[in-house]
Amino acid sequence: MSPKIKLIFGGCVVVAALAWLGFVGFQESKAYYLTVEEYSSMKADLNGKTIRLAGDVLEGSIDRSKSQMEFVLGNKGKSIRVRYIGNAVIPDTFQAGSKALVEGKVASDGVFQARHIEAKCASKYEAEFEKRNAS
Amino acid sequence: MADFGNFCLLLALCLSMYAFLAALIGASKKQHRIVRSAEHAALAAAGSVTLALASLLYLLINNDFSVSHVAGASNRDLPVFYKIAAVWGAHDGSMLLWVFITSIFCGAAIYQNRFRYRDMMPYVIAVLMFDLAFFLILNLFLSNPFSQLVQVSSDGTMQKYVPADGRGLNPLLQYWAMVIHPPILYLGFIGFVVPFAFAIAALVTRQLGDAWIRTTHRWTLLTWLFLGVGLILGGKWAYVVLGWGGYWAWDPVENSSLMPWLVSTAFLHSIVVQERRGMLKVWNVLLIVITYLLGIFGTFITRSGIVNSVHAFSDSNLGRFFVFYMLFVLAASVYLILDRRPYLKSEHSLDSVLSRESAFLFNNLVLVVACFAVLWGTMFPVLSQWIKGTKITVGPPFFNNVNVPIGLLLLLLTGVGPLFAWRKTSLESLRKAFYWPAICSVAACVALLASGMRNFYTVVCLTLCSFVLATIVEEFYKGARIRAKNRGEGYLVAAAKLTLRNKRRYGGYIVHMAIALIFVGLAGNAFNREAAQQLAAGQEMKIGDFSLKMAGYEEGQTPNYQYGRLILQAFKDGKLVRVLKPEKRVFFAGEQQSTTTVALHSTPKEDLYVVFAGISDDGSKYEVKAHVNPLVFWVWFGSAIMVFGAVITLLPDRLARR
Repeated sequence: MSPKIKLIFGGCVVVAALAWLGFVGFQESKAYYLTVEEYSSMKADLNGKTIRLAGDVLEGSIDRSKSQMEFVLGNKGKSIRVRYIGNAVIPDTFQAGSKALVEGKVASDGVFQARHIEAKCASKYEAEFEKRNAS
Repeated sequence: MADFGNFCLLLALCLSMYAFLAALIGASKKQHRIVRSAEHAALAAAGSVTLALASLLYLLINNDFSVSHVAGASNRDLPVFYKIAAVWGAHDGSMLLWVFITSIFCGAAIYQNRFRYRDMMPYVIAVLMFDLAFFLILNLFLSNPFSQLVQVSSDGTMQKYVPADGRGLNPLLQYWAMVIHPPILYLGFIGFVVPFAFAIAALVTRQLGDAWIRTTHRWTLLTWLFLGVGLILGGKWAYVVLGWGGYWAWDPVENSSLMPWLVSTAFLHSIVVQERRGMLKVWNVLLIVITYLLGIFGTFITRSGIVNSVHAFSDSNLGRFFVFYMLFVLAASVYLILDRRPYLKSEHSLDSVLSRESAFLFNNLVLVVACFAVLWGTMFPVLSQWIKGTKITVGPPFFNNVNVPIGLLLLLLTGVGPLFAWRKTSLESLRKAFYWPAICSVAACVALLASGMRNFYTVVCLTLCSFVLATIVEEFYKGARIRAKNRGEGYLVAAAKLTLRNKRRYGGYIVHMAIALIFVGLAGNAFNREAAQQLAAGQEMKIGDFSLKMAGYEEGQTPNYQYGRLILQAFKDGKLVRVLKPEKRVFFAGEQQSTTTVALHSTPKEDLYVVFAGISDDGSKYEVKAHVNPLVFWVWFGSAIMVFGAVITLLPDRLARR
């Protein structure tokens, strides 16, 4: 076998092994990415699946009184109650009105159990800011 | 002043378009003077963009809130230092920064080569100006920082309006590493346009020897370095400011800066094979095209909002322009490569698997696979939406599963590659070269296992790290010993002079050593620990070998923000090691954004990382989140060594006379 063939063969073995590892990792971590509105129309198909849910944190809905923070995530009229069951510090960008992304599953009581929260400042704040300064 | 800035951008666009046309016309008519005028136009364009940037800075420093970007990214109380950073604190200004750096790089490359490569330069100019014009068009018409704020008044007319104060710079960005992170990243993305332009020019003029590689080698190295530093700074910022305890999250925008870094690392290695053995010519040209396109792709992901990310902000109308540009460049480049294939034939072929060529080839394979995996994982939601209609995202387990083994393979190659000879390594020389490193790494492995370490990847990683470090020390020792014997120099002096005489090789070894140290740091991740507790005054919590005691709480304010600060005493083995003061800050401007300031006690062995998470509702307890992250120090230390090694390879040759 010429060196080139040996190298190609070795390369294929390595790539195949990595592809397999990648596939396993993919299965472990894949999550459907949906907005709250999309989720509400697909509820039935998604039982037990890991979902990444995107929406806005509704004003006045953040409840830190219990040991696990709860809030309501909404989008285009639809909303869902979320309970944060992770143990990382809640990101600073997480506030009423900010856009949030939660990852987890829906429990049998309809409350979304979020293992992971991300949040970022909503671009709608530009409009808010312009309104506030318009007077 | 805003109108002046706008005018300068428009002028720059006209100049760059002129330069593009003049360069091509001058080349086809073989009129030297027309090409010269193109060069002057390119330099003038750089000057014009500089003036535009200066005017934006003027507007920011003078609080001109009638301008949209100033109102969006700055505010009256912002310290001057951050007002300057506000240029890249929001979308439009950051696009101007991108255009500025592009124009300066183009001007510098053109000026640097004003007496050389007369046959290639017209095409280099054309490619550079094509890139610049594209971004100027985006900057002027889609992302303009000089646009006036307007308001629709009650009678339906649009009126200029000036808010009393700006929205302010996002407090999360008010940290030194974040201030310099975007400009450094931009330097790392944009710089690849120069080797790319030379590659295209080489293809067009059929000059496919090493000239295009050699002349842009420093550009490529410098850009690679900036990109690496940008990546590290982003990680450092995430670690110290964001407070989640880590420094890399496989976020799409993070990934988009990693991808060009991976392929440019591959490129830096594969060009050595072309220079030594005249092989891989097609591959090298393709690789630089891919590197350049991934740089464009990176800014595309960040600006278009096509993939959801904590960093990305939607601006979907920009997206399609990027896609058209990238597709066009890819198609034109592939056409050129296919058409010029006869000039890209390899001069030699592979002699043996046990050769340095094959080690380089494997290095490239593994890096490209890593890049592909990262690309796949990042873009999968877009793909799945296209094909299946729903977005499916992929998380860290996917990226880590693929990239950890790849990292270990790379580590192995880093140690083994330099031990192989070109063409074919005899078993005898292999045995001699492997002898000491093998002993060191087996000893390290045994020591690890004896200490109770059972995590597979960790043992492999640390064993390979010691292997790599041993091979590098051996290389320096062997070289220094010969020189010391012949010239009577001390070993350290000999090693230093040796490095300066062979900057690429020994500077490269220093960078490899740095990578091994970074891997040591990365290996610590498997043993990260965390704990959270609510502490009343005087209470203690345990984490790892440390004990944290709640000693006090203070509040106060600065012009920019108000803060709550927790005072914690950290004890180890009963002795007070450090007083830690994590903070929570609420900024006055904008949306009252709060940030946490992490309190960090860092030693080479481990980091004690403490966050003040909040106050309990009854005000009597303070919530503390603590992490113990082993070996993180080595990531930052290794990065500093990497910069040092890269700087050595960049030093001009005049330093090494002997």
